Amino acid sequence: MRYMYLVKSACSGPPPQRLMEEIGKLAEREMKAGTVVDMGGLMPLAMGARVRLAGGKVDVIDGPFAEAKEVIGGYAIFEFKTREEALASAVEFMNLHKEYGEGWEGECEMRQLAQSPPP
Amino acid sequence: MTVADTHRAILAVWRIEQARLIAVLARMTRDISLAEELAQEALVTALERWPDTGVPQKPGAWLLATAKRRAIDHFRRDKMLERKHAALVHELETEQDATPDLDAALDDDIGDDMLRLIFTACHPMLSREARAALTLRMIAGLTTGEIARAFLTSEATIAQRIVRAKRTLSESGLAYETPRGQELAQRLASVLGVIYLIFNEGYAATAGDDWMRPQLCEEALRLGRILASLAPREPEAHGLLSLMELHASRTAARTTAAGEPVLLLEQNRASWDRLLIQRGLAALAHAQELGGASGFYTLQAAIVACHARAPTAAATDWTRIAALYAELASLAPSPVVELNRAVAVAMAEGAQAGLDIVDRLAEEPALKRYHLLPGVRGDLLFKLGRHSEARIAFDHAAALATNRRERDLMLKRAREASAAQ
Repeated sequence: MRYMYLVKSACSGPPPQRLMEEIGKLAEREMKAGTVVDMGGLMPLAMGARVRLAGGKVDVIDGPFAEAKEVIGGYAIFEFKTREEALASAVEFMNLHKEYGEGWEGECEMRQLAQSPPP
Repeated sequence: MTVADTHRAILAVWRIEQARLIAVLARMTRDISLAEELAQEALVTALERWPDTGVPQKPGAWLLATAKRRAIDHFRRDKMLERKHAALVHELETEQDATPDLDAALDDDIGDDMLRLIFTACHPMLSREARAALTLRMIAGLTTGEIARAFLTSEATIAQRIVRAKRTLSESGLAYETPRGQELAQRLASVLGVIYLIFNEGYAATAGDDWMRPQLCEEALRLGRILASLAPREPEAHGLLSLMELHASRTAARTTAAGEPVLLLEQNRASWDRLLIQRGLAALAHAQELGGASGFYTLQAAIVACHARAPTAAATDWTRIAALYAELASLAPSPVVELNRAVAVAMAEGAQAGLDIVDRLAEEPALKRYHLLPGVRGDLLFKLGRHSEARIAFDHAAALATNRRERDLMLKRAREASAAQ
């Protein structure tokens, strides 16, 4: 089963060096464990855009978004046999942030990818 | 959280850590049976303690520390063993004292340890099935029951197979080390063969089979990804991975809702998994960049890639496929490869060109009972308007078919040929 992870935070600014190193080591371990399907960071909000449909109108809004609270910084897609394993992986990831994040707070949202129904 | 929830959470962590744990312990003790035992004991301890203390922040390190303590106890219990492993016991004890921060132990590159474990589990002295069972048990972390269900056999059979395999390995006096140089190439071929065997077993699963069977494809993919990341300079590791990712990309399209197989050329390409295709093509490119374009698995991957790249069946580059089959035939000549080449040549140059190749295979002993030979022949004859000969060929194919679906398909084609006469 595939799981997507979206890492969101209200904290801005570059992450601490040690945190990046530890995340790098974890990612390497996970790649060597064959569970990583895809992963990536997202470029800053300022470079992005939103296309919103509201009140019958489609509007394009360029970043940065004034009212942005939590920003998605990165995503990952992993392959796991069970929901528990997928969760354990996310917990380990967030524990790294707790230890090396120097006060970073945020959320990792975990969502299972929809699959076509089995034959 | 209920006790059951906690147990499930612990088992989840266990699944993630197990192979690495065994790999490190095997390197330390030089004995994969003992390594597995120690890892199991660490799990038992975790199941006892963690419901109270909670899952540790670095569960892998905790398990390794526990397993190492058990290793010391184990060696101490037997005076002879203790002498034999005196240096190791000393090393373990010193490590225990000097490194309160055990995170480092598991974070250190265990690539070598894992590779050694994989090579050992896939040792050519073991039977193919034993290699597969051992690999699935120790590296993929499947239970004996899961392996049994996947291979349509009994748990007792698999348990026995694993026990015998471990005994063969330990009695062989084999030094527990990573193969190098010349030996590496052969041993790598064995590993690739095991992974592909597991994949094919999963790929052959049909609707209604136990869920563990198609799950084998995921296990094989994972093993392939592990190998490619541990042996990144081996082109065939990337070639095999590519082949599997590309085959797996078609999973959703391969059967109808009713469970009937759909031929590749008739599949709905919109339901091909683009992420897997991307990964497969990237792995193929990587294999080719490493100079492995003519490798056994890389060539097969290149053929499948031609299908993956074509937005429609009509857009398929059959000329390229025919050329790749010709290369594959010269690397690993086989009547089946030649038959596949005939199909590609027919698509690229016309039915007669393909039929010329097929007719040369008519007396091939290996294909005497292979239903696809008359099946392909029938298809080409039909395209050439030789309908009565086509019908005879399809009837022959139906008689040779190994399952009901294949037979029904061939009979259907025979009827169509008859109607066209």
